[in-house]
Amino acid sequence: MQVPYTVKARPDTGLYNAKIGIWLFLASEVMLFGALFSSYILLRAGSTTWFVGSEELSVPIGTFNTMVLIVSSVTVVMAWASLRMDNFKKYRLYMGLTILLGLTFLVVKIMFEYLPKIEHHHIPSTHNFYAIYFVLTGLHALHVVGGLIVNAYFWGPGAKMWETNPEQFTNRIEIAGLYWHFVDIVWIFLFPTIYLL
Amino acid sequence: MDATQDIKKEINGYMKVFGALAVLTIVTVAVGSLKFGIGLAVVIAMVIATVKGSLVASFFMHLAHEKKLIYLFLFITLVFLMSLFFITFGTIGDQVGVKIVPESISSGVH
Repeated sequence: MQVPYTVKARPDTGLYNAKIGIWLFLASEVMLFGALFSSYILLRAGSTTWFVGSEELSVPIGTFNTMVLIVSSVTVVMAWASLRMDNFKKYRLYMGLTILLGLTFLVVKIMFEYLPKIEHHHIPSTHNFYAIYFVLTGLHALHVVGGLIVNAYFWGPGAKMWETNPEQFTNRIEIAGLYWHFVDIVWIFLFPTIYLL
Repeated sequence: MDATQDIKKEINGYMKVFGALAVLTIVTVAVGSLKFGIGLAVVIAMVIATVKGSLVASFFMHLAHEKKLIYLFLFITLVFLMSLFFITFGTIGDQVGVKIVPESISSGVH
């Protein structure tokens, strides 16, 4: 069965279906992270003692990872723009860079943040600060992993669609990009909240 | 102007947004290193984060030129999100002004 409105916009919404789907999904994601940010506020306000993020965590590493995600947002939007300009080679380059940047983010997070913290027994049971730090950044890292799997699929086997249905493939990359940008926005709020305040 | 020219113009815009995001990230860190009170620090950090998030949403996610239905979805989401934060702040309202001692000071360990 052919899925309708994968390329052309539905007359009543003015949008192709996947775009409505991703925005509804992102709306649910806003509530998920919103609930965790609320938990952070409650935990912090309800605590008589609290760690200062900039004293406990590495601000330079957090800043580096912030820049990595921002650059990856640029590369993924450039991948989409390349397809719209009918340039598949450039798409591959930019999507490949996006994947590399996502991997860089995860490697830095695990090797230079999580592992040293665990070695020093700074784990969720140590203090509510570390509990919310690991939950918020861990959930965000899982979202990066999810995005990487999707992006890698579209860089590799999923890219075959470019030959058979380039318009639908371009739309798919737009959808993958919207998700990736959302992950970037979550980090934009997470970074000052956890690392600086 | 043909479609390719339009896209090239968009790319120019993406680069400007990237520059703004990079500068705002540096500003966030610089402001974070100044020892403001927690109230002012939270306000400054969240204002900068909101500006950065809005830039990403408006240009990279092209929300600046999106259909009304998407705006409706986001408006409803915003109402629920604000309700959630309103309930949270209502819960902690009686604790406003209570001094929180940093862990490093209370335990004497840095």
